[in-house]
Amino acid sequence: MDKTRESRFMKYLRRERLPHIYCAGCGNGIVINTFLNAMERAEIDFENLALVSGIGCSSRIPGYMKCDSLHTTHGRAIPFATGLKLANPDLDVVVFTGDGDAAAIGGNHLIHGARRNIDLTVICINNSIYGMTGGQISPTSPEGSYGSTAPYGAIERPFSLSKLAKAAGATYVARWTTAHPLQLSKAMEKGLKNRGFSFIEAMSQCPTYFGRKNRMKSPIDMLHWMKDSSISKRKAEKLDESEIQGKIIVGEFQNRREPEFSDKLCKLIGEKCVTGRPSSVRSAYEED
Amino acid sequence: MITVNENLCKGCNICTEFCPRKVYEQSEKLNKKGVRLPVPKNEDKCKKCGICALMCPDQAIKVDEKNES
Ligand SMILES: Cc1ncc(C[n+]2csc(CCOP(=O)(O)OP(=O)(O)O)c2C)c(N)n1
Ligand code: SF4
Ligand code: SF4
Ligand code: SF4
Repeated sequence: MDKTRESRFMKYLRRERLPHIYCAGCGNGIVINTFLNAMERAEIDFENLALVSGIGCSSRIPGYMKCDSLHTTHGRAIPFATGLKLANPDLDVVVFTGDGDAAAIGGNHLIHGARRNIDLTVICINNSIYGMTGGQISPTSPEGSYGSTAPYGAIERPFSLSKLAKAAGATYVARWTTAHPLQLSKAMEKGLKNRGFSFIEAMSQCPTYFGRKNRMKSPIDMLHWMKDSSISKRKAEKLDESEIQGKIIVGEFQNRREPEFSDKLCKLIGEKCVTGRPSSVRSAYEED
Repeated sequence: MITVNENLCKGCNICTEFCPRKVYEQSEKLNKKGVRLPVPKNEDKCKKCGICALMCPDQAIKVDEKNES
């Protein structure tokens, strides 16, 4: 293929690994594009970027990107990312995770990352199901939705991940869907610029499991469903509980400045370190 | 100019459905991979908004920037 005729995102991708393993129409690919667009707009240096993920279809994203990437264990992307950030506070560290990875096995790490306000941008692809392992119900599956572990429909109450991240202390929180690529990308851009814990919830389609089990035959049906059932945060605030049942509330939920964890730690080291080398945590990167 | 990469397209039809100008049509024939590729039949209507390239999950679409054409 003539390189000048390739997608504008190709220069950031490991072309030899493409096409990626995702099913036709899977939302993960849209999240890749919206992220790369946001990265350009936020003027993040691709060479200074480290992408970290756990396990799941969504967590395979960093493996397709031509920058430093770390594919870790299920649920543990935020702890690995915390280590990277504290060892080298100048890195731009972004976590790609799924609803299962971030909210089930990794739920504890999510709330403590948010509580510390460490400068990470967490992009959580919420497809309301475990895609990789065959369509099991996740902590965000809507009540009544079907999955391979809920043949009669889910009876549990789902988490609202954006609410959870906000309550835990994240300083930038937004939710959009893959049917709103421009808004989603804008939210990622703001999240990348926020010096603190940013949580971007990207509602997304898993046509293979969520779609098939919930009477939405194609990725297009799912995108229409997400678009049609979305209402803005401002509008939702004026409605009562029963009226927002089954709706996807989209918009910005948090955007505030607060002291950031790696800054606080570096400052402390500067004040207390007996060797007088505040950057001693970074000595591994020095040549001497 | 619009180019669809045959090696990457999985035929999900998201571009055909969500292009605001309905530029794409699905081809009748299957390609080597068994995919009915989208064809930019109404390219003259394209306003180069870039939505199709942003939504294509497989990074298969190139639309020239506004000034290149
Ligand atoms: C410790 C451990 N437990 C369970 C699994 C099996 N497992 C792999 S992916 C996954 C769930 C992924 O769901 P999600 O994070 O929503 O990602 P998706 O595939 O939907 O993008 C599970 C349970 C595992 N790999 N490791
Ligand atoms: S199983 Fe679902 S989440 Fe995984 S690649 Fe397929 S559509 Fe995407
Ligand atoms: S750039 Fe916009 S108008 Fe042109 S084909 Fe793509 S979506 Fe349609
Ligand atoms: S959106 Fe991309 S993968 Fe889907 S049909 Fe169009 S070109 Fe092919």
